[in-house]
Amino acid sequence: MDEKLIKDYSSPGRKGYSLPPLDVPEKDLNAGLGNYLREEPLALPEVSEVDVVRHYTALSEMNYGVDSGIYPLGSCTMKYNPKRNEDLARIPELTQLHPYQKDDQLQGSLEILHDLKNYLAEVSGMDAVTLQPASGSHGEFVGLMIIRKYFEDQGDLRKKVIVPDSAHGTNPASAAMAGFDVIEIKSNERGMVDPAALREAMNEEVAALMLTNPSTLGIFEKDILEIADIVHEKGGLLYYDGANMNAVMGYVRPGDMNFDVLHFNLHKTFSTPHGGGGPGSGPVGVKEFLAPYLPYPVLSKSEDKYFWDYAKEKSIGKVHSFYGNYAVMLRAWAYMVTVGGPGLKKTTENAVINANYLKTKLKETFELPYGEDSLHEFVLSGSKQKKEGVSTLNIAKRLLDYDQYAPTIYFPLVVKEALMIEPTETENIETLDRFIETMLNIAREINEDPEMVKNSPHTTVVRRLDESQAAREPDLCW
Amino acid sequence: MSTKEGLFYSEDHEWVKKEGKIVVIGISDHAQSELGDVVFAELPEVDEEFDQFDNIGVLESVKAVSDIFTPLSGKIIEINEELLNAPEKINESPFDEGWLIKLEMSDESELDTLMDSEQYKAFIEGE
Amino acid sequence: MDYISNTDQERKEMLAAIGVEAVEELFSMIPEEVSFNRPLNIPEGISELELIRNAQKKAAKNKSMTELCSFMGAGAYEHYVPSIIDHLISRSEFYTAYTPYQAELSQGTLEAIYEYQSMICEITGMGIANASMLDGGSAAAEAVLMAARISRKKKILLPDSIHPAYREVIKTYGVNQELDFKEISLTGSKLDLDELAENLDNQTAAVVVQYPNFYGSIEEMEKIQELMKKSKKALLIVIANPISLGLLKPPAEFGADIVVGEGQSLGNGLNYGGPYLGFMAIKDDRRHLRQLPGRIVGGTSDVDGKKGFVLTLQTREQHIRREKATSNICSNEALNALMATIYLATMGREGLKEVAAQSYHKAHYLADKLEKLDGIEIVNDDFFHEFWLKTEKPITEISDKLLEKGYLAGVDLAQFGEEEGLLLAVTEMRHKDEIDNFVKELEVAING
Repeated sequence: MDEKLIKDYSSPGRKGYSLPPLDVPEKDLNAGLGNYLREEPLALPEVSEVDVVRHYTALSEMNYGVDSGIYPLGSCTMKYNPKRNEDLARIPELTQLHPYQKDDQLQGSLEILHDLKNYLAEVSGMDAVTLQPASGSHGEFVGLMIIRKYFEDQGDLRKKVIVPDSAHGTNPASAAMAGFDVIEIKSNERGMVDPAALREAMNEEVAALMLTNPSTLGIFEKDILEIADIVHEKGGLLYYDGANMNAVMGYVRPGDMNFDVLHFNLHKTFSTPHGGGGPGSGPVGVKEFLAPYLPYPVLSKSEDKYFWDYAKEKSIGKVHSFYGNYAVMLRAWAYMVTVGGPGLKKTTENAVINANYLKTKLKETFELPYGEDSLHEFVLSGSKQKKEGVSTLNIAKRLLDYDQYAPTIYFPLVVKEALMIEPTETENIETLDRFIETMLNIAREINEDPEMVKNSPHTTVVRRLDESQAAREPDLCW
Repeated sequence: MSTKEGLFYSEDHEWVKKEGKIVVIGISDHAQSELGDVVFAELPEVDEEFDQFDNIGVLESVKAVSDIFTPLSGKIIEINEELLNAPEKINESPFDEGWLIKLEMSDESELDTLMDSEQYKAFIEGE
Repeated sequence: MDYISNTDQERKEMLAAIGVEAVEELFSMIPEEVSFNRPLNIPEGISELELIRNAQKKAAKNKSMTELCSFMGAGAYEHYVPSIIDHLISRSEFYTAYTPYQAELSQGTLEAIYEYQSMICEITGMGIANASMLDGGSAAAEAVLMAARISRKKKILLPDSIHPAYREVIKTYGVNQELDFKEISLTGSKLDLDELAENLDNQTAAVVVQYPNFYGSIEEMEKIQELMKKSKKALLIVIANPISLGLLKPPAEFGADIVVGEGQSLGNGLNYGGPYLGFMAIKDDRRHLRQLPGRIVGGTSDVDGKKGFVLTLQTREQHIRREKATSNICSNEALNALMATIYLATMGREGLKEVAAQSYHKAHYLADKLEKLDGIEIVNDDFFHEFWLKTEKPITEISDKLLEKGYLAGVDLAQFGEEEGLLLAVTEMRHKDEIDNFVKELEVAING
């Protein structure tokens, strides 16, 4: 640890804040609060403002973001986060708003949200959108509850959801949270849903199939209409995991592929910063027949006035205290308005070119287990290198020594020693070439000095951390 | 991979040591090595009864979770409490200090469905 | 304006390297029946200047705190936000990072979350905290699910004194797990203890209490703690206001098993309801820890014995345990948690107490003045910084008149469909002049 904890800067009596003096009469706290008055003083830090600024600046210097360099985490779409969007999300008249202010005081903000809903509906081919879910998995949860409620309404209690084995872990977890039993189906040898396996698993007890298209391998399910038919013929619905939306904008829409429900990840496709783990935003889009089940309140417009509609007859209810991650929505709106419709298509094209360029240059040295044409991301396997005793984890850690972030590793589960790579459209050719050169260099190092690679990283602020110790002897607070 | 003589083995990589009507059950050296550093052992409660191959608990490594299936039917009479604080014993001493549970068998004939050490050695080589 | 660096020439070179002539070929696997063959019906892109002008036009249609003096609370509070918070979280190594999957290159985020967990433990009095939940409502819902898993029971006692939106969220989550919700009525401005006692038994999974409650009142926590003894399995979930804990006894002292709450007031702006952060803390109990949802950061050491931080106990989470995970949560509110961390560090030992105390004194100052007016009834007096007021005149009329004078006169309770009246919150942000003038205008509005 290169930077001590904030509490270790404490010096009794030191202060980092100032408030105006109390200008009203003091009440007797003992009389007013009695037994509820805190007895033990809070053991929070006693530090100066400069202490705080230096400490968190030092911490930021031990971090790596998109602004630091390439961030090729597959499935995470770590594209550049435009700075003007940050400014926009700090305009006081757009942000210093209380959630219980009345609609007529917020027409500007509601107009932005309404436009955003419309843009998302257009990109996805859906009829209605809610912005309430605060993250991608929150969106999945909402989408699945909508499906559940829809079937309940039909008096058709379906208890199962089918998920391919290549799916994000959130898919089965969200299905379970929404009260479904999960059936996993195996991908075929091309990494795609096997229509025969699906047909076998599909029956009248199945509420939905959850699918990412392109899949987590970056491969487009060509048989999508047949897949949709298999599910719809038995009365089931199709759920689209929008994590990979960056691969398809302007080329194909989930709605046109006969999906019934989807979620977006504004913090992936629509450039809002991920904040080191959040906040995200996971709007959900549905076809018309599912619109009555959206969480309430629903943002609506009559004549020229925008308003929240609290009618909740068939709604699944609420999943957020207020309306969702509003300031994230502002950024996504700014992105869509700035880039525009034609720009979104160009975005997708460049994301796909960049990924295919990397794949072309890396697939000889690293194994490409699924050779089908892929879109915005692809998955390599470190299995050749594993034979030399060097694992994918070692390769990832060695990348850090070259000041580049590592791809997503050991996912999807259908690939052994997986390296899942998604460069996004915002990287230029020099950055991609540098990443390629580094990967090829690491492959050479594995031949020449495997021990050195196995012991990496060497240059980071800390070296390989002992995760077993962390789990066996939890040290979770100071 | 070392196996130990005189024990019974299941295809789920558990070993069984017979001590009269009571059996001691653990996981094999092969299983612990595949799982990696065990960081947590979730074991059943004493007096719980199970059928053969029921899921009776979970072993966790840092990034994987593995179910424990009882190779025999019966009633739990003791669990290895030590593991709650020292799960690493499963890695360090899988056949001895890293034992998981003691079970009172309800059907001794089930032992015939298990492998001996030679058969188990062949089984893991073929896997 | 797009955000693509490569030129047409560079694109051409890349396409040649890939072995195709035109970019469309890369999409040729998409079957004709589904491909999208018209331009997206979204306007052409614009420049930065146009964007900001467009946004400012929209902003002008809003009425914000820049022109209004607010007495609104009900789960979202206008507190002082030290200027350094926005400066520090605007360091792009923080805000443009992803979840710290590669720990060695993410020590900044990880150490900050460890500090966050530590300070949440400190203010709640609990032993373990996670790295944040999506917001206060969803944190409360996840706490209820967690209690049901630990107790293996289904009955949840959910008093009407809890924020109505939180109750909605809790039910939305709970109905999927077939939880059985028993509402406990309101007596005065607090939960009915007799009704709680009647309903609390060995089938109870959890008792949920808000502290201070939705109406601002402090529930009788000691009596509730005593009642909890009636059930062997039930867990006590406390939804706490973190600012109030600068002044109030921590929930741990009343036997709370899980403490959750909305962390917005810790250095996060109002932002029309989000992004906020839910916090979640539990007792230091290994069995409970295994049921805790969300990410957790832990300390450990590297191969050279140097201290560092990692995401830990991940087998609870969706990416490993899939449908058996403790929750589906993946993204949380890390940057908002960083804001809360910097806030707690900056305000520190004295500051949090002072903010709480000023809010308390000012709220009581306002209530004492209003009490003297005709046509007003103040329902509760043992409140923290928020209280419930009833008027003879319809609330909407009063609010509209005060809005004309530049005041957001609290939250109209009628919108929740349960009680009537106005919920008023006062924080350290309001000065005496504003409060005095507000009282005058309110008097006019009531009598005029």
